[in-house]
Amino acid sequence: MATILKTENLNKVYRLGSFTSNRQVQALNNINLNIESDQPVIISVVGESGSGKTTLAKTLLRLVEPTSGHATVYDQLVAGKGVKVGKTQFLATVQPIFQNPFEAFSRYRQVDSYLFETATRVAGHSKDAANAALETALSAVGLEYKDVHGKYPNQFSGGELQRVSIARALIPQPKLIVADEPVSMIDASRRMIIINLFLKLKQEAKRSFLYITHDLATAYYISDYIAVMNKGTVVEFGDARTVMSNPQHDYTKLLLDSIPTTKKKWDRKPVIAPDVAGELVRGGPGTPAKK
Amino acid sequence: MIRLNNVVASYKTERGVVNAVDGVSLEIPDGCIVGIAGESGCGKSTLMKVIYGDIGFPLALASGSVDYGFSDDSGKPVTSRNIQKEWFKRISYVPQSSMSSLNPVIRIRKQFLDFQDQTGNKAQILEQVKSYVKKLGLPEESIDSYPHQLSGGMRQRIMIAMATFFQPEIILADEPTTALDVVVQKSILLLLMDLQEQMGNTIILVSHDMGVHYQVTDKMLIMYAAKAVEYGDSEEIFQRPLHPYTRLLINSLPTIGDDRAREGIPGRPPSLWNKLQGCRFADRCPLATDRCRNEEPEFVEYRPGHFAACHYADSEANLSEVS
Repeated sequence: MATILKTENLNKVYRLGSFTSNRQVQALNNINLNIESDQPVIISVVGESGSGKTTLAKTLLRLVEPTSGHATVYDQLVAGKGVKVGKTQFLATVQPIFQNPFEAFSRYRQVDSYLFETATRVAGHSKDAANAALETALSAVGLEYKDVHGKYPNQFSGGELQRVSIARALIPQPKLIVADEPVSMIDASRRMIIINLFLKLKQEAKRSFLYITHDLATAYYISDYIAVMNKGTVVEFGDARTVMSNPQHDYTKLLLDSIPTTKKKWDRKPVIAPDVAGELVRGGPGTPAKK
Repeated sequence: MIRLNNVVASYKTERGVVNAVDGVSLEIPDGCIVGIAGESGCGKSTLMKVIYGDIGFPLALASGSVDYGFSDDSGKPVTSRNIQKEWFKRISYVPQSSMSSLNPVIRIRKQFLDFQDQTGNKAQILEQVKSYVKKLGLPEESIDSYPHQLSGGMRQRIMIAMATFFQPEIILADEPTTALDVVVQKSILLLLMDLQEQMGNTIILVSHDMGVHYQVTDKMLIMYAAKAVEYGDSEEIFQRPLHPYTRLLINSLPTIGDDRAREGIPGRPPSLWNKLQGCRFADRCPLATDRCRNEEPEFVEYRPGHFAACHYADSEANLSEVS
């Protein structure tokens, strides 16, 4: 069995303020994850803002240096002390997809130049081979080269551009794709197109994904494993179906209970006193009372 | 009752005039929560601006009107022309981003007193404000702080406190919980629902999250490319939608505990700059025929209180159950 993702005592402490008022924030607190599988998997990391899920993604993408601990992807050390892999080799192992595709691509550059550069510099293709790699990657996300050729980011819709950024991530054939909130900027009616694309890429292109999200419903829909994070720690981790149908930790239960589903209405307990508006007068203080 | 009569709202731009809301007619009964849903650019926020009466360049009310069903102090009926005088007192607005709505360098307390007439006794009103925010689940001291000292959820509660302090008849909330986490979102929505129940006012809530609409609203309006495509009781809309767009939208939502495959709706809405003909959803609609592409469907009441704009709203193919 291959070890897809393993983190050992991963810690990240951010220091805030000047040296007179020093404050530390433990963004990651001893994260130990170990996912082994022969098949590619989709791992979701869910949690609220400030839970540390984006820091985890950034650590795995080497955008943030962990304070201590290690992370390995397919038995290759990618973060922590003693990392040996060079940048090119690293980028051929782990690739990112970001939240807002309009910020991921410069608005002054044609998007196909990004694809082309990824193919030549990261994947090491020659010019001809690069074009072929572009075609393959774009067709995997349901686009053609002529759809993107010579176009600037503002000529795409958010969903299309996000598909281009997924195609870009596929070009070096990475083993793991880290997707940080990839659908939160995309309209609800087209969100599932991207989500289903991840599933298809897992099955057909054999890519593993780390899906960072606050949306538990889509996390349930696509993941094999789910890690629930709160205040820098993983409070619950396991098989996605088990965690979501039978949550053990109180925080997971609270999260699940707070989702506005379309199947079951919330229990309504009054959250404010019944006479909340008692002394107030319709129309406001200073104006004559109206019925 | 709020009545929208064929509202057309347009933006003036360098490229010309574009209608962001194109002929919406609607009756909203008093004392209910109405949700407006639709994808970005469908005109839902523009419609809110029109209802609030916040109409200024580049936005213009090209035709149509809004009747609010009440009169002002001099007895004249209030319409979109003079609603501005009733802001905060009888109609108020909860914006999406509390951070950019509150003044960052003025204490909350002062901002609270800002909007009231100079007639009242300040100390007395401040006491009322204090006891009011306390009842909404905030510490009394929170009004002495600056906005950045409060969390996002607390700021949103302050916004709601400001919007409801005068018990206005109408409260407009434009994506009031979009920037918040689910746990905080739930508490804010429950607070709004409680307040609405006690004050009996009308809330118009814009959200792109169908789950929020299901939990909170009594009635729903679905908009698509500047048009109203469906309007009715939320329960009905979720169980037996008439418009294919609504049905596809509901069916695209994944649910925890349900492992069936979900599909997004391919394609995108037409550009409002183009000359539009026929049903605007036709390009993305699985039921579309030549009739849809040529003839614009009217917004018709198919069932009591349940309107839709679709040629095939009552046909068999469209009436399959929502899963």
